[in-house]
Formats: sequence, C-alpha cells, structure tokens
Amino acid sequence: MVDHRAADVLQIKNLRIEATAYPPGEPPRHLVLVDGVSVSLAKGRVLGLIGESGAGKSTIGLAAMSYGRGGVRLSGGEVLLNGRDIRTANAQGLRALRGREVTYVAQSAAAAFNPAKRLMEQVIETALLHKVMPRAEAEARAVELFRKLGLPNPESFGNRYPHQVSGGQLQRAMTAMALCPKPDLVIFDEPTTALDVTTQIDVLAAIKEAIHDTGVAAIYITHDLAVVAQVADDIMVLRHGKTVEYGTTDHIINTPSEAYTQALVSVRSIDHTEKTATTPVLRAEAITARYRGTDFDVLKNVTVDVAAGQTLAIVGESGSGKSTLARVITGLLPAAAGRIDFAGRQLSPDLANRSKDDLRELQMIYQMADTAMNPRQTVGTIIGRPLEFYFGLKGAEKRARIQDLLDQIEMGKGFENRYPAELSGGQKQRVCIARALAAKPRLIICDEVTSALDPLVADGILKLLLDLQAKEGVAYLFITHDLATVKAIADKIAVMYRGQVVRYGQKSEVLAPPFDDYTDLLLSSVPEMKLGWLESVLASRKMESAGN
Amino acid sequence: MVIHPILKLVVQRIVLGLILLLAVSFVIFLGVQILPGDAAQAILGQSATPEALANLRSQLGLNEPALVRYFTWLGHALHGDLGKALTNGQDISHDIGQRLGNTLFLAVCAGVIAVPLAITLGLIAARYNGRWPDKLISGVTLATISLPEFVAAYFVIFLLTQVVHLFQPVSMVFPGMSFFAKLHAVALPVIVLVMVVLAHMMRMTRAAILNVMQSAYIETAELKGLSPMQVIWRPALPNAIAPIISVVVINMAYLVVGVVVVEVVFSYNALGQYLVDHVAKRDLPVVQAVGIIFAAVYIGLNILADLIGIISNPRLRHPK
Repeated sequence: MVDHRAADVLQIKNLRIEATAYPPGEPPRHLVLVDGVSVSLAKGRVLGLIGESGAGKSTIGLAAMSYGRGGVRLSGGEVLLNGRDIRTANAQGLRALRGREVTYVAQSAAAAFNPAKRLMEQVIETALLHKVMPRAEAEARAVELFRKLGLPNPESFGNRYPHQVSGGQLQRAMTAMALCPKPDLVIFDEPTTALDVTTQIDVLAAIKEAIHDTGVAAIYITHDLAVVAQVADDIMVLRHGKTVEYGTTDHIINTPSEAYTQALVSVRSIDHTEKTATTPVLRAEAITARYRGTDFDVLKNVTVDVAAGQTLAIVGESGSGKSTLARVITGLLPAAAGRIDFAGRQLSPDLANRSKDDLRELQMIYQMADTAMNPRQTVGTIIGRPLEFYFGLKGAEKRARIQDLLDQIEMGKGFENRYPAELSGGQKQRVCIARALAAKPRLIICDEVTSALDPLVADGILKLLLDLQAKEGVAYLFITHDLATVKAIADKIAVMYRGQVVRYGQKSEVLAPPFDDYTDLLLSSVPEMKLGWLESVLASRKMESAGN
Repeated sequence: MVIHPILKLVVQRIVLGLILLLAVSFVIFLGVQILPGDAAQAILGQSATPEALANLRSQLGLNEPALVRYFTWLGHALHGDLGKALTNGQDISHDIGQRLGNTLFLAVCAGVIAVPLAITLGLIAARYNGRWPDKLISGVTLATISLPEFVAAYFVIFLLTQVVHLFQPVSMVFPGMSFFAKLHAVALPVIVLVMVVLAHMMRMTRAAILNVMQSAYIETAELKGLSPMQVIWRPALPNAIAPIISVVVINMAYLVVGVVVVEVVFSYNALGQYLVDHVAKRDLPVVQAVGIIFAAVYIGLNILADLIGIISNPRLRHPK
C-alpha cells in the first residue's frame, strides 16, 4: 500500500460517488459509481488511474476538482486538496481553486478548446482570472511552456485558432493551458487516447517532461496500462468503481497480485498464425483517388489484394488514406484511376452502377457501432433488414435466421427486441457484425472496428471475427492504426503512409526486419508494458511522425 | 492570386442577393399584370369609353409588350424613378422616401430596445435553465407574442393613455418635429412592437446558448473556475452568435416590412399604411414600388445575417 502523508497535495479518503439514472419509461435507478476509493498523492508524483470504461476513473479524476458531470454526486468520504476538504465546499470556494490549485487536461483537446478564441487567450485565461500573474508574464510563461512541450514556432503558436493546429499539438497546448497558472495538481484524462500511436509517444514524452520540470502532482487517467506505466509512479487499478489493486508502477506491472490486473497486463493474448496465400477474392490495382474539389491525390497508385477467406490488414496513422481506400473499394468514392476486381469480375468504380450481388458480397463494419445503427430500430429489425433486402426472407424463416445470427455472434436469445441503447459497446459491435454476416458476404471491410472498445472487449470481438472467418470463409479487409490488433488478426499486411503502400506482404515478412524507416517508427511506437520503454524508444528513433 | 475565402463568400452572397432581387421584381411585376384590368381601367373607372381607354393606354405605354414595359420600369427604378401614383399623380419615389424614414425610425427605436433586452433575457433564462427566472421570462414573452398585435396595441393604449395618462393614443409625426417629440410620439407603437418581437429572439438566444452548453469546452471553462455567467459570456455566446443573429435580423426585417397593423392602429404615417391605402385604391405602380422596397430590405437584411454568421465562424475567418 501507499502511505498517507500529511504533506500530500491530494488525499482522497473512502470516496463514494453516486448518480441517479432516468431511463425512459422506467422508474429512476440509483447508481453507485465509485465506492470506498482512497488515494494519496504527494508533490511531484504521478498517480495512474486505470480501468475499463465505466470503471469510474474519470469520475474520480473530476472528483479531485470536486466536479461531477451531469447529476453525479460526491456523496461520501473526503477529498482533501492541500489539506482542505473540498467535497463539501460551496460553489464560490470551488471556483477559487479550480484552475488555480488544480487543472484539467481533457481527452479530446479538439473538443475541449473554445473554437472561437485564439489559443493564447485560452491558455492564459486561468492565470488572469485567478490573478496569478499579470498578462505579460502569463504570455511569456505560455510561450515558455509551448517551447518546453515541443510545439512549433512557440512565439507565434498562441495566435492560432484551435482548428488551425493538429490533434497532437492541441493536446500539448491543453497541457500548457493546465500548467500555465502554476497549479499544485493536474488531472490528465486520457490525454493521448485519441492520438495516433506515433503521435502519442511524442505527446507522452512532452507531458512527462513537463510534469517533471514543473514539479506538479498529477493524476494520469487511461485505459492503456502500457501507457500509464511510462509516466506514473503509482498505479491504481479500478473496476466497477472499486479499487482492485493500488501500488507502485513496478509492482503493478511486474508482480500484480490480483487476477484482474494480471489479465490487463497480459492482454492481447490472441495467437493467430497466418494462412498461406490463396487466390485473391479482391484485387485493387493501381488505385489513385482524390476528393472532389481538391487537387491532391489521397491515394497514389495503391495495389493490394485480399485472399479468399483471409485477412488483409491495412495499417497507418490518421490521414494515411486507409479509410479512403475502403471508400474507393465500396464505390462511395469512385477512383480517379485503377481497377477493382472482385470474385472474378471487374467492379464498376461507382456504387450506383453496381449490381445487387456486388453490394451483397461486399459488406462493411464501422468504428462507431453507435452511429452505424438506427437507434429507433430493434436488434431484430437491424439484422433482419439485409435478410429481407437480399434474400426476401419473411416471417418465421426470417426470425429463425436472425436467431441463428445472434447465436453466431454469441449473444443468444432475448436480444431481438432490444434497442441499441440497451446494449454495451461490445454488444453493439457484435450486432453490426451480424448485420454484415446476414448478407452472406465474401468480403467484409472492417474500419477500425475495435478502436472504440476497451482492450478486453476488443479482444472478444477479434476472437469472434476469427471464429466466423474459420466457419464462414469470409475474407476481411481490416483497417486499423493499432499494430497489436494487426498482429492478432492479419494474414497479410499493407502499411500505408501518406497515400501510398510503403510495405506489403505476408504478416511474417512485414513484421520481420529489416524494416523501412516508417514501419520501424510504427512498430517501435506501440507502448510496451515495461518501465523505461518510452526513454529507450525515443533515444533510438529515426524519423518523425507525419502528424507532427 | 489567392482570394480570401471570406471575401469570396461575401461577393457570392451579394451577387446572389441581387439576382434574387431581380427575380422578385419580375414576380411582383407579373403579379400586378395578371390582376384583372390595367392602370388605364383603374384610372378611368368602369364607365370609361373604349376610345378614352385606348388613348390613355397608348399615353401610359400599356400597348407595349409586357417584357418591354418590365424593362422600362426596371430601368427607371434603377435610376430612382418609381413613376407617378395613379390616384394623385404624386411622385412615388418622393412619397416613399418620406414614409420610409418614418418606418425606419419606428423600426430602429423598437430594435434598439428589443434586441439587447431579448438577448439579455435569453442569457438569463439560459443561466437559470429550468428554474424560476427561466420560467418567468419564457412565460411572459410567450404571453406577449401570443397576443395579436392589435389586441396588444389596444391594451397598451388603454393602460398608458386612460389608466396612466402618459402618452397620446395616436402617433402622428410630421417633418420639423424635434427628435424627442418624435420619440414621445412613437413610444406606444414601440412598446407594442417590442412585445411582439421579444419572444422570438429571446427564445433563440436561450436555445442557442443551451445547445452550446453541451459542448466539451463548456466543461473546460467550468473547470477553469469561471462563474456561470462568465461561462455563458465567454465560451458560450461567441459560439452561439450565428443562429441568434439570424433570428435578430429576421425580426428587424419584420419591423420594417410587417408592421402594417400597428401603423394603422396608431395612425402612424409610414410605408405599411401607404401600401394598404393604395392597395385599396388599386394604385398598381405604388403597390409595385413598395413591394420592391420591402423585398430589397428583406433580402438585404438576410444577406447581412448570412455575412455576420460567416464572419463569426473562425474556421472561415482564419483558414488553415
């Protein structure tokens, strides 16, 4: 256990957080979000909070500012900031310390910055509001922080608006904003989760250095244990709002005592051996594509093929053209040049000219299962639609087939009449898989289908996809930015960088040295679950990410 | 040469507005043409002899094809000459000029009070969303907008001239009146108009602010320690300005072109009354002229709303 010390910046004792949910058409439900959590954090130390979504980690992070989202109540225990209990402080007292003694870095800096104001105004706003320093001094400090965080042109960076800088830069700017008023404690709420793996590593290093140099205490919230292992001194593992394990980073990573922590540490346990290449079901040849009204080729001379019943993984950072390739193959964005052969015939570049069979045999699953389903349709209607549309199934026959598909995605009975809102994230993605399968496709394009899911849930989805491939013989074109996912599912890999395929071949070839510089960067940027990884990898890097 | 996208959009909007105005002028001209009878008939009355009609028609140029007459009219209109009224032979441009001044005076007086008041009330309602100040403001403004204008007008007249003897029930203004005398004269119609336009603008302000309040950057502001009113003022309002402006401008346009009833009730000599008078007398050139003026005001104000909306968007103002 970690000792409680009187000089701690933050002490949370036996915290209990509750909320009331109001599901439509049902009586209000009482929820306990966090129960019996105790934390202590000294100056200059970093505490990592880790767990799946719904574990209560963000809720605890915000509780350190005595802030509850929506109707969330901090109903019991103590939150001591610099020795004062802030849980019961009044609104005015809280305003005086928020942004002054404790600041916050949000997950999506792109959404957390006010789009209507220049970055400098926002970065120094707290310092001025709380009269920490005069404007000139605050601006000088902001420039200094921009420089420390490795932002380009630190002198003029603050003159830009949020939409004018990249996601990785915004995340650093948000860190500068949090550090500017010289707080005692900074809450980092998944600051690198939305970033590419190659960008994440730079931001992570910048944040780590900034924490170290300014000597603040920090809470670092993430679902990625490998990431938190790089920055935290102590780690608390949370599940369902309760502490599973709390100890030093070394202890949690190397000698975890709880079964749940061990599962987190050893996640990505799928062992997939690649199949030998067979005849391709899809061949995209010399594809060049651009968006309407632009004169920039998003895809340049891309050639890939997908073997029948196997998986081609397309990997690259955002902006590399992976999703555009999917749009070209599905016909949503007709290619400017090149040809697509599918199941022995040439596909029309434009969706409108494709036959019903072309459409049926080529299905898609999306990253956000939430937005890919009509929220007002039941699971049965969603899965039944392709059955009706492609096969004309009706009545009992259709219902039997729906149940069949539900069994295939391991959801069983009782889901047919549920709405998407009543399902968990993993279940929603399973329903999307069933909907794609219902069309009996030869190829399914999976666009970042596990990116929005917790690691353990994502693993379940990957296992399901592999099982279905073995049973149904369907091929996957699997788009992802996550190399661990690639290793788990691919037979063949295409690495994309700025619209071109820079490395292509069977999995064993692509992932074996010697590497080209970009693949090396990509592979080496995947956080590893060991202490000191960040420093060692930064020391040996050869090139910069395109996102910087 | 790289043209700033804002400039491009501004020019685009203005050109579109002019094309639209041209189309509207044609529709107005056409509408007046398809009415039974023509100007000569209207001047001479039902009992006119065919010879007299034919004479007058050739005198007025009515025998020319419609298209030619349209372009002649348009050409004169572009030079500021809207023709002469049939009923009294007065120069229409001159008459309109005088009354347009009165119309704008009333609209500006009402706008100067209504816009800041509506936005302030909207901000307060958003700040206390769902609590009593919100309910009070929403309720009262809903009541004022629900009253037909003439009912509201008579109610205000009764209250402020009979119960409390503050104002005159008619709002006569004439050239040479002092500014303050004019203000005093238009007080009652201004009060009525403020009541009518307040609710729409206030509700849009409230809704736009509440919509923005869902954004992540509002949470950022709260976690910076900003007070609720500071949160509404700094991050919320600048991002909600576009929809608010568009509703404000629509209401301004209404104050210029849609207040006939109020003008009539208070005997206020402005464009609306002028139009109604001449519709009753079938004075087609006047109807045509006032129609085109109203259309121009409406289109102009809407372009203005569009432009402010565009300019308030930092993505367009400062491209990557």
